[in-house]
Amino acid sequence: MKQYLKNTWDGIWTVLIGMKITFKHLFTPAVTIQYPDVKVPLPERVRNRLYVNIDDCIGCDQCSRACPVSCIEIETTKAIPGEDLGTTSNGKKKALWVTKFNIDIAKCCYCQLCVFPCPTECIYMTDVYEFAEYERENLVYKFSALTETEAVEKKANFEKFQAEKEAQKAAAAAKPKEEQKPVN
Amino acid sequence: MYQYFYELLGSEILATLITAAVPLVNVLLAALIGVYLERKVSAHMQDRLGPMRTGWHGIFQTVADFIKMLQKEDAVSTEVDKKLYNLAPVLVFTGSFAAYAVIPFSSKVIGTEAEVGIFYLLAISSLVVAGILMAGWSSNNKYSLLGAMRSASQIISYEIPTAIVVLSMVMYTGTLSLDKMSQMQTAYFWNWNILGGAEFGFAKFLLIPFMIVGFIIIYISTLAEVNRTPFDIPEAESELVAGYFTEYCGMKWAMFMLSEYGNMFAVSGLVTILFFGGYQSPLGYFGDAIGVHWMIPFEQVFWFIAKGWFFVFVQMWLRWTLPRLRVDQLMSLCWKYLIPYAFVNLIIIGIITLL
Repeated sequence: MKQYLKNTWDGIWTVLIGMKITFKHLFTPAVTIQYPDVKVPLPERVRNRLYVNIDDCIGCDQCSRACPVSCIEIETTKAIPGEDLGTTSNGKKKALWVTKFNIDIAKCCYCQLCVFPCPTECIYMTDVYEFAEYERENLVYKFSALTETEAVEKKANFEKFQAEKEAQKAAAAAKPKEEQKPVN
Repeated sequence: MYQYFYELLGSEILATLITAAVPLVNVLLAALIGVYLERKVSAHMQDRLGPMRTGWHGIFQTVADFIKMLQKEDAVSTEVDKKLYNLAPVLVFTGSFAAYAVIPFSSKVIGTEAEVGIFYLLAISSLVVAGILMAGWSSNNKYSLLGAMRSASQIISYEIPTAIVVLSMVMYTGTLSLDKMSQMQTAYFWNWNILGGAEFGFAKFLLIPFMIVGFIIIYISTLAEVNRTPFDIPEAESELVAGYFTEYCGMKWAMFMLSEYGNMFAVSGLVTILFFGGYQSPLGYFGDAIGVHWMIPFEQVFWFIAKGWFFVFVQMWLRWTLPRLRVDQLMSLCWKYLIPYAFVNLIIIGIITLL
């Protein structure tokens, strides 16, 4: 009988203790972070979306070669003499038109290995991490500053220049013979 | 209320419809607000925020859910017993809705002034058991059937302590009418039954501890009757998927939910009427003080709904405090603890009432 009454009392008392605890929690501020509105500050060396500052890029292809998953695709064309491409921010002279600089971020493994070889520090990790897309093609980021027509034009320019040079060379090679002939 | 509308409109059908529409609106609103409150209370008790994005602090979340529910396909699996399957949610909802007929929201807003109000309430709420069993059996699903069986045994067991406490209150007040019970506990909180009733005297103070015991018993047993945690073994998610309404979807499922929230408010209302003065204000009426007597029924509606929601809140509070009971614990709580205490309480209240 004593045990029975004690059980009853314990039952009621422990429920009241539990209710006190839950009531306290009703007024403790929530730990929820309302994600799209409020974002958690990221760690300092976080690795997320790659970005290329194309103005600084000299088209050296080192990042592409460092990439373990080959997600960087670079095509360059030499500038013809007389074209001034300007210099990078650390003073290097640019000699190549970067006609294509595509990063397929879907392939990227976020290893950051491409960042270190860059001589001008123009490829780096940003803190952008929301870049979901509906189409897979949209995940291929095109960084080249040149439009396609411009790229074709530059390529054509270089080929023309090359052809001219070849022609000159051929002419130069042919000339001595021609010059020699009259001598003979 | 029926009488008033009958005199106003002169049509029995219209008067009945209007009288029936008031509790229906209440049930719908109770479900709408109840689900929102449930989400918010449970979230904040777990240090979360709950719905925040649909309207201000997620206030339209249940509305959005309701609209989603309306659009859902009414999928009925081929193996179910179609007649019973379709009838069950209606029956469950009818049971919980019909209980509102006798619940006095104020001295004026009451479906029927039946003299046997509380008797009717206890009887009609048993209809829910039939509906639940029907749902569980016709679903042709072992989890549904298990849930329904558990629910039936639980509701029937816990009706006994409820009925005994109600009986002791009927002995004390001498009436079966819920409206009269509310009227007897006149408008100050020391006149409430939990504090010994309106008659001032030696018996009043003698009654207080037994009234509190009675309140605790009826609160626990009504909590079990509406299948709420910690007595939610009929719909124990971790064991039985969703219990007796596992196979339901769309609006039929919504009817079960409506009836659950309707029931929650109904039993809270019952506890309020029996022990906490029903629709009576705890501190006197504002309308009386400034001499505007037509305001009193509105105040009464406010107080009744406020008290009802308070007890609904306590139900939610208990839900996040206590883990679910095992079946044997559930039965031992009812048969070994609540019923003996209720009987002793009944006898003592009876003796004190006789004195």
